[in-house]
Amino acid sequence: MNLQTLIDELHLKVLTTPKDFSSIQPSSGYTSDLLSCVMTGAEAKGVWVTLQAHMNIVAVAALLDISAIIITEGAQPDEETIAKANEEEITLLWTDQPSYPVVGKLWEMGLK
Amino acid sequence: MEGSTPRSQKVITDQMVENITKVEELAYELRVREVMTKETKALSPDMTMRDVVEMFRVERISGAPVVDGKKICGVVSMEDIIRCLLANDIDAPASKYMTKNPITVKLNEPVVEALKYFVNAKVGRLIVVSQDNELEGIITKGDITRGYLRALQRQNEEEELRRYRAKHLFEDIESDRTSLILRYNIIAGDFRHGGAASSNIKRALLRLGASPQIARRAGIAVYEAEMNLVIHTTHGGIIRVEIEPHRMSIRIFDDGPGIEDVQKALTPGFSTATEQIRELGFGAGMGLPNIQRCVDEMILESSPGNGTRLKLKINLDKDTTTDEKLSPIKENAKNESANTN
Repeated sequence: MNLQTLIDELHLKVLTTPKDFSSIQPSSGYTSDLLSCVMTGAEAKGVWVTLQAHMNIVAVAALLDISAIIITEGAQPDEETIAKANEEEITLLWTDQPSYPVVGKLWEMGLK
Repeated sequence: MEGSTPRSQKVITDQMVENITKVEELAYELRVREVMTKETKALSPDMTMRDVVEMFRVERISGAPVVDGKKICGVVSMEDIIRCLLANDIDAPASKYMTKNPITVKLNEPVVEALKYFVNAKVGRLIVVSQDNELEGIITKGDITRGYLRALQRQNEEEELRRYRAKHLFEDIESDRTSLILRYNIIAGDFRHGGAASSNIKRALLRLGASPQIARRAGIAVYEAEMNLVIHTTHGGIIRVEIEPHRMSIRIFDDGPGIEDVQKALTPGFSTATEQIRELGFGAGMGLPNIQRCVDEMILESSPGNGTRLKLKINLDKDTTTDEKLSPIKENAKNESANTN
């Protein structure tokens, strides 16, 4: 599964500068809104599902080499956060769905 | 000529606008002067079409501008030559068959301006002129492709050179003991810049040739310490990183308020963070345990009123990253985070 199919299937909005998402293959998924837990549990090249939308999610994702963050519950990151994500080459995806169905769908799509 | 679909008639959707790639960004950064072909062969208006054909054959070109004195008056392309041949008029002057008022672009315009013409007008080349409208060269789609490739190559080389220089830093400088010291001042309550120091340290390590695994561990450890300074200190603090070829030593210190019970602070899930801080996703009580798991040595000294000193060491010569180090408290973390909520 690549990031493009994931974006299409979950109807996610791309907040950062689009790139060739079909060439990005997320290898795992993780969900938590506690940043230290993410630091412990999330794997490199994975997708992180969270309702946090502030600047620090980009720092965490960059340190862990996370491919994309799916921001749920309609939480809106500010311009500065999006700019920072572009700079760090982290893809920010957005949905107004809660985390639970998003993770469920990811699991269904084979991201386990 | 080349593009068979009339792109100009296509409706540009929001989706297409959003799909701007890095290469497209380059179209705005690169200038026409950086990619064009200079020293273009120019034709004069009274040159015969026979001589034009001969020149195209010798020079292996398929078009050229027509210049009268200093003024650009037209361009002759293959299409014009075919019209001339069909009319059996090979000895006519170039001025009779040239395409008048050719499209020009200025030296300093971004490449995207040239691309717009290529998309909207069916032309194979554009004439490049100076501010005073004098001929400077021509630009083709091929020139733009080559310019792109050169620019991408250059960007790659710059990063590689940076890495190369950093990697050889320790070899090039002779001393009995060489080390590189990085200092970062962390401001209390500055959540916006929280994580900046740790990303910079991680990048520095990668440039210095550390393995991605080690850089990741160092990044995580410093991030947690950095956020502790942001969240818990009175006046912020300082991160001092000393990098030697075989190991790095990190010291994080602040002047208060200090930790009441150091043992408790090291317990996964224990946190003194306020509700406000927890709402931001901090205060899981995993900070210090996360640091401990990522480093090879950790000493924490603190008492109320005396501030906190955290000393960390990570080996750089041998990768001590183990599965244990990367995920020993994964199970714990899940249990404990349930407790903190």
